[in-house]
Amino acid sequence: MSELRKPPFRSVKWWNSRWFDISQLVLFFGALIWLTLNGAAQMGYNWQWYRLPKYFWKVIDGELIWGPLMDGLFVTLEIGLYGIIITLLIGLTTAMLRMSQSWIGNLVAQVYLEVIRNTPLLVQMYVFYFVFAPILEIPRFWVGVLCISFFEGTFASEIIRAGILSVHRGQWEASTSIGLSRWNTYRYIVLPQAVPLMLPPLTGVLINLIKHSAIVSVIAVFDLTTQGLDIIADTFMSFEIWLTIAAMYLGITIVLSLLVSVLEWRVRGRH
Amino acid sequence: MNENTPNPIIEMSGVSKWFDDFQVLKDVSLQVFSGERVVVCGPSGSGKSTLIRCINRLEEHQEGRIVVDGIELDQDTQHINKVRSEVGMVFQQFNLFPHLTVLENCTLGPMKVRGLSRKDAEALAMEYLQRVRIPEQAAKYPGSLSGGQQQRVAIARSLCMQPRIMLFDEPTSALDPEMIKEVLDVMIDLAESGMTMICVTHEMGFARTVAHQMVFMDEGRIIERSPPGKFFSEPEHERTKLFLSQILSH
Ligand SMILES: Nc1ncnc2c1ncn2[C@@H]1O[C@H](COP(=O)(O)OP(=O)(O)O)[C@@H](O)[C@H]1O
Ligand SMILES: [Mg+2]
Repeated sequence: MSELRKPPFRSVKWWNSRWFDISQLVLFFGALIWLTLNGAAQMGYNWQWYRLPKYFWKVIDGELIWGPLMDGLFVTLEIGLYGIIITLLIGLTTAMLRMSQSWIGNLVAQVYLEVIRNTPLLVQMYVFYFVFAPILEIPRFWVGVLCISFFEGTFASEIIRAGILSVHRGQWEASTSIGLSRWNTYRYIVLPQAVPLMLPPLTGVLINLIKHSAIVSVIAVFDLTTQGLDIIADTFMSFEIWLTIAAMYLGITIVLSLLVSVLEWRVRGRH
Repeated sequence: MNENTPNPIIEMSGVSKWFDDFQVLKDVSLQVFSGERVVVCGPSGSGKSTLIRCINRLEEHQEGRIVVDGIELDQDTQHINKVRSEVGMVFQQFNLFPHLTVLENCTLGPMKVRGLSRKDAEALAMEYLQRVRIPEQAAKYPGSLSGGQQQRVAIARSLCMQPRIMLFDEPTSALDPEMIKEVLDVMIDLAESGMTMICVTHEMGFARTVAHQMVFMDEGRIIERSPPGKFFSEPEHERTKLFLSQILSH
């Protein structure tokens, strides 16, 4: 064993140090908050943060009752949960159709992608809500989930397709030559190699899905944003509520990013 | 179903294949009998790979007939699956599954296609890993093996499906010279066990030792077919002579 050598010491310039970064961040947000408070004061805005907690929860007779902000959060999370499942199913189906030999399959996938990509999400929501929902009798919650899933599905399909195509053709051939079916080849050979590559960009899709889900407020699904709008209509606490809601979305997306990094690390770490 | 069977185990007649407008195989006919070992050679791009890939339907032929062990390769997927279960294939680039261990590479097919239990599949896999002389690598991932070891695993993986026919597509071309022998030795063992084999290879020493028939291809056609003794000493066609002089000169 050779003697362990330390890397040569390099002094870190004070403007490159972490403490300088942090102090800059604090200064920046400090200034932002000061400006906001100052501006609000000049407008004569009456801050009423003390009224906020009861919109999270109340305890009545020792019983915990969720307030509208928490109810909204649950609905948003529910949209995210069902949404990502449906998004992945749509994305996987579309990707497979596009890679299939069938020209009808290709056409269906291509039409879906073009229509969704070339129309505004807001308009898609109205079309789903006013045209498809009454015909198919879909409840509005599911209208919201489906609409967002179809929207995010276009991104998911590209990611899934790129991931699958990145698996070398020789893998298919080897798998086929030992007699594995197409489905088993996907399941045991292609997806296990492609999924670790897809995970980081798919996290982005999930995060977008949560963010875009705010749009269900236009069809009055009681998600976080809709609840916020309602509270503001009652109380006029628009600053407090919007800041709180933004922070809650931020919280969800940060937690999701962390969860996925852990997952990714575990998938990669297996071999 | 033995060497005296009058019907060939592989019968290709009048096979043609195109990639778009480019004709890769031109009216190819070839018969291989059970237990027979055929070595295919010819210049690069002459259609050797395509020829053997048609035998397990990695490529689809457009004209002519291919019958393997009495089963015609047509649009019927059941026929295709049946043929694939009888034909093993070894590739130039090994094509091992990098996310599975050596043992898992070998047990996947037996478990998912032949329906063996994990225990039986592992016993089978160990038996074949023994035969290719690397049982001690079973728990490793392919990425940590040398090229020669990887190719031997690939051979074991195919053998685990207990095929009646083995196809080899330039199995030693991607290997460093010092590893070629360990793979050829395994193939010679296999030949001695009576396996029906079609090998695309330019290892002429190997060809002389194991081949019953030499097949020379050029521009999508089988130009010459003869036993190795005749093939090497008195080839009939000019192009064969030219090819042999080029390949044997180094
Ligand atoms: N998938 C393919 N698409 C188009 N052309 C191909 C394809 N595979 C092979 N070819 C062409 O067919 C010819 C024969 O290829 P191949 O059978 O691989 O030859 P060999 O194995 O004798 O070198 C070559 O000219 C090659 O470029
Ligand atoms: Mg080739």
